[in-house]
Amino acid sequence: MLRFIIRRLALSIITLFLLVIIVFLLTSVFPNDPARQLLGPFQSQEAVDQLAEELGLNDPKTEQLGRLVKGVATGDFGESYSRPGERVMDLILPALGNSAKLVVLGLLITLPLSILSGVLAAYRKDSLFDRSVVTLGLATSAIPDFVSGILLQYVIGVRLGWLPATSNAPRGTGFIGSLEFIILPALAIVLVYFGYIARVTRAGAVQAFESDYVRTAFMKGMPLRRVINRHVLRNSLQPTVAVIGTQIGFLFGGLIALELVFNYPGLGSMIINAAQDQDLPLLQGGVIIVAVLYMIATLLADLLISWMNPRARSVTAS
Amino acid sequence: MSAPASLTDRITSGAMAPALEVVDLHMSYIVRGVPREVLRGVNFHIQPGEAYGLVGESGCGKSTTAYAALRYLPGNGRITQGEIRSGGRDITSMSSKELQAFRSSQASMVYQDPVAAMNPSLKIGRQVEESFKLIGQSASDAKASAYAALEQVRIADPTSVLDRYPHQLSGGMLQRVVIAMALASKPELLVLDEPTTGLDATVEAEVLDLIRALRSETGAAVLLIAHNLGVIRTMCDRVGVMYAGKVIEEGPAQEVFDSPEHPYTVGLLNAIPRAGLRKTDRALYSIPGELPSIGTDLPTCVYIDRCALADEKCKSTPPPATSVGEGHQTFCHHVDRVGELRDAEVGAFSNVSSDDNVLQLTGVAKTFRQAGQDIPALVSVDLGIAEGETLGLVGESGSGKSTMAKTMLGVHSYDPGGDIVLDGVSVPAAATNRTPANSAAMQMVFQNPDSALNRVWTVRRILERSIIKLTGASKDDARARAEDIASAMRLSPRHLDMRPRQLSGGLKQRVAIARAFAGDPKLVVCDEPTSALDVSVQSAILNLLANIQNDQRTSYLFITHDIGVVRYLADRIAVMYLGRIMELGPTDAMFQGVNHPYTEALLSAVPSVDGETRERIPLDGEIPSPKNPPSGCVFHTRCHRFVEGLCDTKEPELREIAPGHMIKCHLDVADLGVVPVQVQRKGSTFGEADGAELQSSDSFDDTVVEGEQVDPEDTVND
Amino acid sequence: MKTSDDIELMDDAGSAVATDVVAEGKITTLKQVRAEQRAELFRKPSFLIGLAITLFWVFAAIAPSVLTSRNPRQAVRIDGSTFARKPPSGDAWFGTDSIGNDVFARVIHGTRSILLMAPAIAILAVIGGAFFGLIMGYYRGWLDEILSRIIEALLSLPVLLLALLVLTLFGRSRIIIIFTVAALFTPVVARTVRAAVMGETELDYVTAAKLRGESSFFIMGREILPTITGVLVVELTVRVAYAIFTVATLAFLGLTAGDRTTPDWGNDIADNYRLVVADQWWGAVFPALSIASLIIAINLIADSIDQVTKQ
Repeated sequence: MLRFIIRRLALSIITLFLLVIIVFLLTSVFPNDPARQLLGPFQSQEAVDQLAEELGLNDPKTEQLGRLVKGVATGDFGESYSRPGERVMDLILPALGNSAKLVVLGLLITLPLSILSGVLAAYRKDSLFDRSVVTLGLATSAIPDFVSGILLQYVIGVRLGWLPATSNAPRGTGFIGSLEFIILPALAIVLVYFGYIARVTRAGAVQAFESDYVRTAFMKGMPLRRVINRHVLRNSLQPTVAVIGTQIGFLFGGLIALELVFNYPGLGSMIINAAQDQDLPLLQGGVIIVAVLYMIATLLADLLISWMNPRARSVTAS
Repeated sequence: MSAPASLTDRITSGAMAPALEVVDLHMSYIVRGVPREVLRGVNFHIQPGEAYGLVGESGCGKSTTAYAALRYLPGNGRITQGEIRSGGRDITSMSSKELQAFRSSQASMVYQDPVAAMNPSLKIGRQVEESFKLIGQSASDAKASAYAALEQVRIADPTSVLDRYPHQLSGGMLQRVVIAMALASKPELLVLDEPTTGLDATVEAEVLDLIRALRSETGAAVLLIAHNLGVIRTMCDRVGVMYAGKVIEEGPAQEVFDSPEHPYTVGLLNAIPRAGLRKTDRALYSIPGELPSIGTDLPTCVYIDRCALADEKCKSTPPPATSVGEGHQTFCHHVDRVGELRDAEVGAFSNVSSDDNVLQLTGVAKTFRQAGQDIPALVSVDLGIAEGETLGLVGESGSGKSTMAKTMLGVHSYDPGGDIVLDGVSVPAAATNRTPANSAAMQMVFQNPDSALNRVWTVRRILERSIIKLTGASKDDARARAEDIASAMRLSPRHLDMRPRQLSGGLKQRVAIARAFAGDPKLVVCDEPTSALDVSVQSAILNLLANIQNDQRTSYLFITHDIGVVRYLADRIAVMYLGRIMELGPTDAMFQGVNHPYTEALLSAVPSVDGETRERIPLDGEIPSPKNPPSGCVFHTRCHRFVEGLCDTKEPELREIAPGHMIKCHLDVADLGVVPVQVQRKGSTFGEADGAELQSSDSFDDTVVEGEQVDPEDTVND
Repeated sequence: MKTSDDIELMDDAGSAVATDVVAEGKITTLKQVRAEQRAELFRKPSFLIGLAITLFWVFAAIAPSVLTSRNPRQAVRIDGSTFARKPPSGDAWFGTDSIGNDVFARVIHGTRSILLMAPAIAILAVIGGAFFGLIMGYYRGWLDEILSRIIEALLSLPVLLLALLVLTLFGRSRIIIIFTVAALFTPVVARTVRAAVMGETELDYVTAAKLRGESSFFIMGREILPTITGVLVVELTVRVAYAIFTVATLAFLGLTAGDRTTPDWGNDIADNYRLVVADQWWGAVFPALSIASLIIAINLIADSIDQVTKQ
């Protein structure tokens, strides 16, 4: 098990390093001049040049890359360009917290609902219930998050007025109180992921129900509920766990449009704003944080899977 | 959980109620809304404590019957008529609660592929304990019972096995665990569906021994399904032969196998090489046509379309049960004429092998590298294959048979230092460096034609491409030649424009053979070419191969697990273990002379269709990993003739003990054994088996070391 | 050996279905198999619904003027006065936006851009993915190891985020959008193709091809590629849906090819979604429903094809 974790960690670090290079290549070949952008069109060229020098934009590329790698290692991406005096990490953390709140709430609703539906659909394969879960899931999961967000906003927020239509909680709202404001965007997450996760779970459960070991259990005279709890779930949830792991990146960094619809200050919008402001450090930091989150999530998913399935452990390790 | 309700049941229902009684069972699968009949009135019963075998080719409904015995039906399966009774109770009408109780306390099942039968994510202990909890035991009782259950199935170290996951155990060990779970409820009926299929012969023999022993300990009745007729013969008291969803002959196992009285049974038995039959004795019999598909309307005799005896009477009336001996009955109108089929004349093949070697391997070795570790999969093999010869290659899985074949063909490049000489000329190690002539000279027929044929190519394209590549023929010539080869393989022209999945298994294998012969090969490697086929199809393929060899003097390297097949077809046999040839010799010498201890153990493990009784030499443990081969003789860790201080320190040479017969063993010929075989059969048409010359091994006593369980006396027969 | 005896058996409570048992040797030509599959496809209601909706949008993209006579860029004037911010009515079926443009006309005319871009993206991505997937799955070894790491690194960022970065930095012409999104889809396709190819290389027909001296190029292109067309077709349809998803989102975020007056679903939603809170929903909701309907329709088709080819 330890060997597995070490190997897995080593792979993640290699991947992260590659990603840092990709991000660096993308951001360092900026066609525009960040220094000029920061100072505006009316400052003298000398001032711009001086700022560029201060920011290290004239240093050799390898040195800049070295700084970025060091930044990743220490978690310090330096100072923001667009908001001078603020550390990048201090800007990222609140956005990260906001995203986390939304993601956790969304998944807390999505997971039980979709896993239960998936297993039941598999058990009653080809029944009406099964067909509905599959088709409904297919329909909702294909719609872009901002589209379902707008529809939810209109129907539930505006027409029915059951929930706040935007996510700006008034100042001084407590943690619990603020949750009410993010239920609608969380529901948009549910719409995107319910079908996806239900389908993956269903596929795994169908396989389990058709497996020989489930037959063994039935042949032992085991009642259905126990067969499901003991033999079906454990094996069929492995692909589900893997899929959730790979979606964490999107949930934290890809819900840009949804955040915009509900005016919610998450990580995705922060990164886009940084790109538009040519705020290099903030942009790099934000993007790399999303990647790190993805890697942690897939690592945890792999560990969970190998805990659930000892066979996976020995396969991956060798 | 409900207490074992069976006690009262057993008393009230009368002790003599059969353990299983299947009465006129009809079953259908609903396919696209249309019911298709798969069982067409199955009748048989099993007395308490009796072992009953069901045999027949795949598709005959034997497994469907077995699962129906525990009312485990596919989602679209329906019992349309008939009854299944166990201990006097009708299973078909039980509620789901009653059914659970029945399964947990009265009947159990063991099936093929023990690896799939166990939940991969749970430790063995939890799964075995579960069986005991289901019959109402407390957690601590179940724990103790699980330990005892593994002891009962002769697992040496239950504590460590209970603490492992299924993937950490071998197939044979897992099958023991599955059997232990099945016995948890002390069932009165044990249903075994191909319990040893997929296991090596040596492991199979151990599992069968175990089942036999447990049967006498527990007194459970057994329903055994197996396609291997030898397994059925050695295990069962009575046997039923199934065809197209019906039992067409039934009787005591010995009688049915020695004097079959139904045309189908006769065909089946004549299709397998048995009782030491050789290709020079006679060709194998094959049954024309194919098994009718499920749902086919068969109002009278189910075998009518393929039967040589069928006449007007067979078309008009269903055959009644005809008694042909004590408890032996057959469903045939023409019992009096079945004898004609038994003695049908078929031709024989001649031995065409010459003394000239087509292929010579010298010091050929193959080492794989995995995770920085060397794995010697093939260790310095010297071997020649003569023109027109069939060299049989046997050994357990993992012994290096396929590696040797693939190294020979250049799929793997052999290690530097070796040499492969084809027709007097060295060939490059890698297939990609070989000339078209080299490639044409050596071809391969694979085990599984589904995998060997590109499923999107037509048969014509498969053949033409090989002809063009291997002979350099023009497109038009290739087209004509493809048609010639196809017809030589008895494929009809319409097959040429089909794709593989539209063909039956036997036809697909013919296409694969045709492809191998596209460039007039000198040597064809046949890697278990018939193991995926039914016996009646197997016989046709073996006949085809022998026929081509007779015509074209092609050499074969024939890899197989089936000792009967290799004995039938091979002129010489090589036995491999851990990438080394342990024994090599003419087929007759292998079966009649002394053997390497490993060969001895392998041969003793084969269950015989002919009722031969033999003392089995157990082969302990599993084949060691080639990563760390044992010191000295690699077989010493499992050898029953192991000599301490010799075998574990020095690797023996391959030496000649008789003309052309070599073994890789330190022991003197006088100290080696012959597989003791005794045939108990009345006069038969199959030719008497080897009058094996028996060697005494009295002098061996001193060399037996502690812990070796085989008494040399046991191996002597008189 | 695949016969009724080998069928997966299920508990009576379970529901596995014994599949049709074709008699060994029963002759059906490939043409019949294909015809059967096609007939099967056209019997599926989900396929028919998906097809009908898709065809409607394709028609709208080809001939928008047949469906609406109004100019999408010209404010509607009724009785000489501008007719802006009006809810759906007989005069303007989907209402009018804040400038007074007819929303129905904009929706219909907005189809073309997305229906041009999405298939182009999907085709490019599948070609690229098939290329890399074949090479990785066939050669394996260090080449596969390196490409796999790069793919893994790219997949750790959401496609949308990467696309936004690239487009913000390098401009936003239609060609750039198409190539960027296609390039970002390529790793996902490559991964799927790689897995399929690896499965194929395990099969003996590949060994047989090597034994007759075929080149790697031939084995990849002529032996393996045709066997995985099913995977590619499904991947293509799925990618079309995702391309619509991505292109619409990019447009919503302001990254469109044309100027702001060009009718475009994502763009129009972006212009109007702030009015939803003010109960002027039509400007955003109709294009939103259009996107939803098109994506659902394509997914229904993809799913049906997947089911039929898997049988």
